[in-house]
Amino acid sequence: MTNHWVDLKNADAFLIMGSNAAEHHPISFKWVLQAKEKGAVVIHVDPKFSRTSARSSFHVPLRSGTDIAFLGGMIKYIIEKEKYFKDYVVEYTNAAFLVNKDFDFKDGLFSGYDPQTRKYDAKTWSFEMDEAGLPKKDKSLQDPRCVFQLLKKHYERYNLDNVSAITGVSQEDLLKVYESYSATGVPIKAGTVMYALGWTQHTVGVQNIRAACMVQLLLGNMGIAGGGVNALRGEPNVQGSTDHALLYANIPGYLGAPIDEWQTLADYNKANTPATKDPKSANWWQNKPKYLASLLKGWYGEKATADNDLCYGLVPKCAKGVDYSYMFLFDRMYQGKIRGGFIFGLNPMNTLANTHKARAAMDKLDWVVVSELHHSETTDNWRRPGVNPKNMKTEYFLLPSAHRIEKEGTVTNSSRLVLWHHKAIEPAGQAKTFGFMLVGLMNAIRDKYIKNGGTLPEAITWQDWPKTYVAEDWTKRLNGIFTKDTKVGDKEYKKGQLVPTFGALAADGSTTSLCWVYTGCFTEEDGNKTKRRDPKQTPMQEKIGLNPNWAWCWPVNRRIIYNRASVDPTGKPWNPDKAVIAWEDGKWVGDVPDGPWPPMASENGKYPFIMQTHGFGALFGPGRLDGPFPEHYEPVETPVTSHPFSPQLSSPAYKFVSSEMDKLTKPGDPAYPIVLTTYNLTEHWCGGGETRNVPNLLETEPQLYVEMSPELANEKGIKNGDPVIVENVRGKVEAIAMVTVRIRPFKVQGKTVHLVGMPFAFGWSTPKCGDSTNRLTPSVADPNTTIFELKACLVNVKKAGKLTEIA
Amino acid sequence: MPKAFLIDTSRCTACRGCQIACKEWNELPANATKQRGSHQNPPDLNPHNFKLVRFNEHLEGATVRWNFFPDQCRHCLEPPCYHEGAKLVDDAIIHDQETGAVVYTDKTKKISADGFEIIRDSCPYDIPRRNPKTGQIVKCTMCYERVVRGMLPACVKACPTGTMNFGDREKMLDLAQQRLAAVRKEYPKALLADADDVNVIYLLIDEPQNYHKHSVAQKDQDIDRKLFLARLGRPLRRGVEALLNL
Repeated sequence: MTNHWVDLKNADAFLIMGSNAAEHHPISFKWVLQAKEKGAVVIHVDPKFSRTSARSSFHVPLRSGTDIAFLGGMIKYIIEKEKYFKDYVVEYTNAAFLVNKDFDFKDGLFSGYDPQTRKYDAKTWSFEMDEAGLPKKDKSLQDPRCVFQLLKKHYERYNLDNVSAITGVSQEDLLKVYESYSATGVPIKAGTVMYALGWTQHTVGVQNIRAACMVQLLLGNMGIAGGGVNALRGEPNVQGSTDHALLYANIPGYLGAPIDEWQTLADYNKANTPATKDPKSANWWQNKPKYLASLLKGWYGEKATADNDLCYGLVPKCAKGVDYSYMFLFDRMYQGKIRGGFIFGLNPMNTLANTHKARAAMDKLDWVVVSELHHSETTDNWRRPGVNPKNMKTEYFLLPSAHRIEKEGTVTNSSRLVLWHHKAIEPAGQAKTFGFMLVGLMNAIRDKYIKNGGTLPEAITWQDWPKTYVAEDWTKRLNGIFTKDTKVGDKEYKKGQLVPTFGALAADGSTTSLCWVYTGCFTEEDGNKTKRRDPKQTPMQEKIGLNPNWAWCWPVNRRIIYNRASVDPTGKPWNPDKAVIAWEDGKWVGDVPDGPWPPMASENGKYPFIMQTHGFGALFGPGRLDGPFPEHYEPVETPVTSHPFSPQLSSPAYKFVSSEMDKLTKPGDPAYPIVLTTYNLTEHWCGGGETRNVPNLLETEPQLYVEMSPELANEKGIKNGDPVIVENVRGKVEAIAMVTVRIRPFKVQGKTVHLVGMPFAFGWSTPKCGDSTNRLTPSVADPNTTIFELKACLVNVKKAGKLTEIA
Repeated sequence: MPKAFLIDTSRCTACRGCQIACKEWNELPANATKQRGSHQNPPDLNPHNFKLVRFNEHLEGATVRWNFFPDQCRHCLEPPCYHEGAKLVDDAIIHDQETGAVVYTDKTKKISADGFEIIRDSCPYDIPRRNPKTGQIVKCTMCYERVVRGMLPACVKACPTGTMNFGDREKMLDLAQQRLAAVRKEYPKALLADADDVNVIYLLIDEPQNYHKHSVAQKDQDIDRKLFLARLGRPLRRGVEALLNL
């Protein structure tokens, strides 16, 4: 979240889209309802009417996978009706920048597309520079090559007729949303966007979120109280996994993973450190070499020296252009190219797309170690229905894992709030914490390398690794430590003392930090700040529910990111009643500002969007693999054969794998005319591996169901509670029909399109509750993140006789 | 001063935190349930669920209405079950004057199956259930043992949205009136269900029948309240045994 949970109460309008917030983030609605009671409009745009819709001001059903068409229509509306916040757009976004004259968009493709590789050469997605090396601007926004005019031109096609025809949303409903939400494009109003996997799990997932960012920038909703683009992240530690890089393409602190092209530290820094000639741009990523150096020093300790590139050479390098994400990992496994591995806290045999293939892929392993609370579809894949355990070659090792409440440490929530939590009870039986397992495992491997040697043993033996796992020791390591006596301002720090803030991290190896954004969470001055529980706040902070002394949040305890955009260029809050920061008597008050510099209009002032190289919010967003403007493309499996925006039906850059088990249904196939969307529910957590083992939760949601409209049920002769089979080219899934008015048929291009929805929380390891819904979902993915398109594919539904998976 | 609940359904997201918290606090075992085409599960109150969130949906024109009703004992001001119980076994049912809690004790085991039917039929809200194994009659206890120690009932403690409120009756009545006035702007049909007769006051924003058959007592103006409450109920229902063999 750019903002935080409590801040939701400051919004005047909510666009909840790609999220079922009340069900999946129940606590969010504590704050949403507070805002609603003060008059905020709560808009829920989602394929089905859910518990979120029930508490919203109104619900708008949208055909799954058409969010960009919907939001593109909103962008057009905002521009045409001049609903945008003009000063904000001109001063704080790149609307005025002139774009490379060779940039073009035609027939659904941006300039630079290569159909052979399905990739773009993005060199024309750039800005015109003046002699001084600064982006050329037209602050009147009239130049036909300025971002604003290109944006206007791009979304001209997104008129109400086109958007309504493809999304299945009535024009009346479109206008209702556009009008209500764009009313926040004034200085004293705030609109917030709440999204989750309903936006990410598409072949256009990243662009769905880009479109929301653009709406928010046009309306001046970034950086302000009650605004922001708020990714609702949950207990599966999505925030932590990105902060600490449990993703192949990153190393901790949002640094790119080294690739084979960058063999030296200098290579890495040259390729990854952005530069600007504009003195008013903070260009915060210019500090990247300091963060990487501190990370390397944290990893390799005393062994990392200036002479050996701080051990950069010991860090594994990804092969350039190779994708190591789940989709490709399991494809390689299916091809027999992987021998074994570890699975911690994950149930991929239930949650990956095309689970028939994932399950078959796992059979190819020689060995696997799974650490879990309970037996799951993954721990017991070798004895799943339909296979003979005697024929399984894989050796399974099961490590019983401690439960969350059986261990101490920090948890990072969506608000970027890092909270210490204490152990409530000792782990049961032989269960151990992940920390215990991983520290011990590494030590065992290290002992083997020390004893036996091997290829490049230093990569392991030189690591600064503890003998035993102590949670708080890792919090200190995350924060960072001085490796020599250092003066910061007037203050002397001794070698071994904690670094006070990331401004003090250095590129010369004099500091460590395992994740630079966490620096400041544990200091000499204040101790472990994640343990703070002090409600103290100033009256200004109290007005907007800002609690700076409650735990600690990254970065530098800043509760609202990009908060310099909440004030005008002289430092006066756009909305004095809900001020986030203000420049008073030569200093900032309120939240921790985005950098210490004075307001933008002052001599030493900076632009608000400090993480952007040029310092401006990106309406034009080069950097993504599939275009600088979001464009509507259909899901890979779509019930339509054309759409009104271009001849390019699906994303020209989406990723896929192509084993014989990766079958796809062709667009508009009459055999599979129904859209399937998948989701979760309050009572189960993700794949259900934990919650299906909690009897009281299983009591509330015991078995797999498929939600469908009464109209579809009538067509298929299905009654509420009937056993049914949902099927497509990849598999068949048994479910119980839940016939409900909460799902309405869509009118798409003049024809009725039905949509059904199923949770993915059920699996065979819980007897007779049903099995993986993901047997139906396809292995196709977003080009930027390689996240699966789990929210839209094609199926058919029929009434069944006796079920075998459900009883 | 007696205590009361305000259950503000305008804030309920049916997260079922209250339903689960009730089971957890009372250490009630789970029922083996099935999916029958509804999110409401278990399908009804039973000896192992003193609290149940009921789901009810319908179309109003093109608008979907999905109502959530966290059902539980109303802890009536003049509890008919208490009066019926007193006729059957002494102290089987206690009406605590200090808290207003209506509490079923172990002694309800001494009440016969037929006696239980009389007690259940006396309830205008169809709340009491009998454990067929032990013969004990059970329902919401107001978390009496928590309340007398100054703690909130478990369901109220667990509620994340402000739907479940608990406190002195006068305060809850004030809050109920405030909330009613506030929600009436958006929901003209809003009402407080039987607020004068019960200590568990529901703020409803739709017609009562769009929540649950027994969301409000079916009043008959010709008879006095105590008699009326004592005679009401007699709902059509499945037996407890049938419920447990879901």
